[in-house]
Amino acid sequence: MTEPLQATPTPIEALADKGPLAPPRSQWRDVWDQLRKHKGAMFGGGFLVFITLAVILGPYIWQVDAQKLDIRNKDMRPIWVALWDGTAKVAWNRPFGTDQLGRDQLAQILQGGRTSMAVGWAAMVLSLIIGTVVGVMAGFVRKADGLLMRLTDLFLSLPILPLLLVAVTLFRQPLREAFGPEGGMFVLIVGIIAITSWMPTARIVRGDILALKEREFILAARSIGTKPFRIVQRHLLPNVLSPIMVSATLGLATAIITESALSFLGVGFPSDFPTWGKMLADAVQRMQQFPERVYLPGIAISLTVLSVNYLGDGLRDALDPRIRGR
Amino acid sequence: MLTFAVRRLVLAVPTLLFISFVIFMLLQLAPGDPMAQVPLTVPPEVKELMRQALGVGEPPLVQYWKWLVQVFWIEPKVFIDWLTSSSSLLGWLPDTQLYQGELRVISWQTRSPVMDIVIQRIPQTLWVVGMAYIVGILIALPIGIYSAYRQYSVFDQSGTFITMIGFSIPPFFTGPLLIVIFSVQLGWFPSIYDTTLVVDSWAAFKLQLQQMILPVMVLALQTTAQISRYMRASMLDNLNQDYVRTARAKGLSEAVVVTVHVLRNSMIPVITVIALNVPSIFGGAIITENVFKVNGIGQLLITALFANDLPMVMTLTFIFAVLIVLFNLIADILYGLLDPRIRYD
Repeated sequence: MTEPLQATPTPIEALADKGPLAPPRSQWRDVWDQLRKHKGAMFGGGFLVFITLAVILGPYIWQVDAQKLDIRNKDMRPIWVALWDGTAKVAWNRPFGTDQLGRDQLAQILQGGRTSMAVGWAAMVLSLIIGTVVGVMAGFVRKADGLLMRLTDLFLSLPILPLLLVAVTLFRQPLREAFGPEGGMFVLIVGIIAITSWMPTARIVRGDILALKEREFILAARSIGTKPFRIVQRHLLPNVLSPIMVSATLGLATAIITESALSFLGVGFPSDFPTWGKMLADAVQRMQQFPERVYLPGIAISLTVLSVNYLGDGLRDALDPRIRGR
Repeated sequence: MLTFAVRRLVLAVPTLLFISFVIFMLLQLAPGDPMAQVPLTVPPEVKELMRQALGVGEPPLVQYWKWLVQVFWIEPKVFIDWLTSSSSLLGWLPDTQLYQGELRVISWQTRSPVMDIVIQRIPQTLWVVGMAYIVGILIALPIGIYSAYRQYSVFDQSGTFITMIGFSIPPFFTGPLLIVIFSVQLGWFPSIYDTTLVVDSWAAFKLQLQQMILPVMVLALQTTAQISRYMRASMLDNLNQDYVRTARAKGLSEAVVVTVHVLRNSMIPVITVIALNVPSIFGGAIITENVFKVNGIGQLLITALFANDLPMVMTLTFIFAVLIVLFNLIADILYGLLDPRIRYD
């Protein structure tokens, strides 16, 4: 007495496969969504874009020569000083005032920002390249690991700021002859900042590569005969991109601060070539009469660095899959 | 643990030797000439003799060797002589006569031993930097602890914001800013650090305190920003652990749970960070000393660089390198001592 079995048992409702609810999302889309929730990062990123555009496009809009001396109109105060001090020497065509040689401050801020940002970006990119190459080599090539990591440790125990000062004062002359006064200094400062700041990136990248290269997808790639260089390029590098991006933001902030510090100590760019640090240093002597000459470049440096730091903070949260989606 | 410490100490020697070699060879490339300031009436052969007297005529490797001998053999002898003859700590020992008038590391600026000048300058740096570090840590720890305990509260948000600002504003901006506010407009503190001040009365002590406040504030802002971020992160890591729930379930009061159980465990990484940051604050003090005209070793380095005084630059940079290696070692050992889970062997 057996009941005939149903040919196809009705599937249990809860276990039924309803198909994907949403179209698949890419990783970067997730990261962007997470980053958008981080208010500080959005402000930081927005300000960074703004200041970058301002220093790139600004000199074309505000077409005053930053180097032009105008002794008759020297020592003008910014336009807003007129709000509380009716007798101050202000003019609408010099909204940020002029310095002791009559150079327009707004044009100088824009021009100085160009230099500072260019040094920051170039030094950051160069140090990332060095750090990534060293990190990948150390993590991927076992023979090179010991040597490269000893090298990294050695660089980490170098006194950075004294060494920077030493190197800048020593190599200024030969590089000036080779690349001209501004170009030589640019090459020197970018090179020196990069050489002394690649170590954290190298360490992080090496650690990640060491963990990644034991994973199955690398084994699979290897077993179908992928060449080592291709494995690094196609499989390893995309996976270590997020720590590299986070250290990129940190690197940009440090590079801008280091360049300004060098300019402040008087070993940076030549004196007629404005950078934010240099403007600040030149203004310190007369900051009682003209405090805005200290404030303006100082605020520019601080806001840029602050926005970069906030962006880095948000990126770190957004790129961490354990935090993302919460 | 002991073997680890000894091994690290032994390893530090070749590291330091290599660093000093690199710095020395870098300085050899310097274009300047120590005889540049000598009047033109001095005949060239006399100049050459003066150069020889400064030890510049020798090949670089010989110069390096002589520098090593001077720093590691002759200077310690001078130091031991000083210890046994005139220091209050070991002055009761019989006087040693180790130093027999050999040539010490001579500064090209002042033609006096580099180490004597460094010893003169170190107290100012130590006072300002050390005080700033202690103040910074004392402010940072409570902020970090409370921010983590009340995560995402108003206190936490504003604390994070302020530390972020402290992190981002460079000391060469905060320095002038504080000078404008507190010494120019309010007139509370002097803007220049007077090293000749002798503290022998209450009034002088008050002056000393007043002139220390601004540089200490500038340096402490940086320290506070860094340490409190670490403290907050470390507390957050520990607050959600199982042992905290156990402690609460046992009925311990909240104060005991936070200050005894969580705090002690979260302090482990923070203490190593504190140790690791000591050399970098010495580096940062170069700028602060420059702003407030403190004549410490940072300012000494800058003036020596501009005056092309290579022995002084060499020795000072080496001292900075020694500090870094030493505090790295201290941090590693502290980590092993404090955390019984870490075993180095």
